[in-house]
Amino acid sequence: MEIPYTVTERPDTGLYNAKLGVWLFLASEVMLFGALFSSYVLLRSGAEEWPHGWQHLSVPLAAFNTLVLISSSVTMVMSWASLKTKDFGKYRLYMGLTILAGLIFLAVKFFEYREHILMGEVPAHDTFFAIYFTLTGLHGLHVIGGMIVNGYFFGPGARMWSSEPERFTNRIEIAGVYWHFVDLVWIFLFPILYLL
Amino acid sequence: MVDLHAGDMRHHVRLYVRVFVALLVLTAVTVAASYLHLAVPIAVTIALIIAAAKGSLVASFFMHLITERRVVFGALVLTVVFFLVLMFLPLFTQWDTIGQKVQ
Repeated sequence: MEIPYTVTERPDTGLYNAKLGVWLFLASEVMLFGALFSSYVLLRSGAEEWPHGWQHLSVPLAAFNTLVLISSSVTMVMSWASLKTKDFGKYRLYMGLTILAGLIFLAVKFFEYREHILMGEVPAHDTFFAIYFTLTGLHGLHVIGGMIVNGYFFGPGARMWSSEPERFTNRIEIAGVYWHFVDLVWIFLFPILYLL
Repeated sequence: MVDLHAGDMRHHVRLYVRVFVALLVLTAVTVAASYLHLAVPIAVTIALIIAAAKGSLVASFFMHLITERRVVFGALVLTVVFFLVLMFLPLFTQWDTIGQKVQ
């Protein structure tokens, strides 16, 4: 059975199905992160003392990671634009760079975590580190999820380009919308956890 | 599918580069503001305004929200409403006086 509206737009929504689907999924993601942001506000406002993020966390490393994720958003959108100009070679280049940026982000996060854990600053240490590990850990899982999807479209999933180029281009747009959301969440996590 | 031509592509690339530069500048401003060690309420306000500006740029241009159909905005408006409820929950706990003696 053929999946309907993977390329053409549904008359009632004006969108192909995956586009509406990813936005509804992201709406649920906003609620997930929103609940944790709300918990952060409640924990911080209810605490007698709350450290400034920069007292315990590395601002230069996090600023570097912000730069990495913003750059990956640019390469991700460029990979989609490359498919729109039917330049598959450039698509591969930009998608590869996006995956590489994801790896760099996770590597930096790994060294950050390692340093904290070695110093005994684990989630059980205090409420600050509990919410820090929860928020950044959940975000990290989203980065890994995005990289798995991007990795699939970089490798075996790219075969669709030769058989159904329009559907493949739409798939990259959808993967991109998700990846940009992951970037967007980090844009809020960075100041909230590290700078305030 | 609407294909892009070389001219359209150049226009898109220029736009994405501009957004990228704006995001870098705003990130630098956020970090610089944090080194001023302002009072927490002012620091939070500044950080959230800059983060909201950066988030809007990402959503508008990278996620193509600026050219998106109305049905997406319908879903997003509902999301924003419920997100605001979540954000105000901590405040509601302060207002919750059930079970307390009336002064």
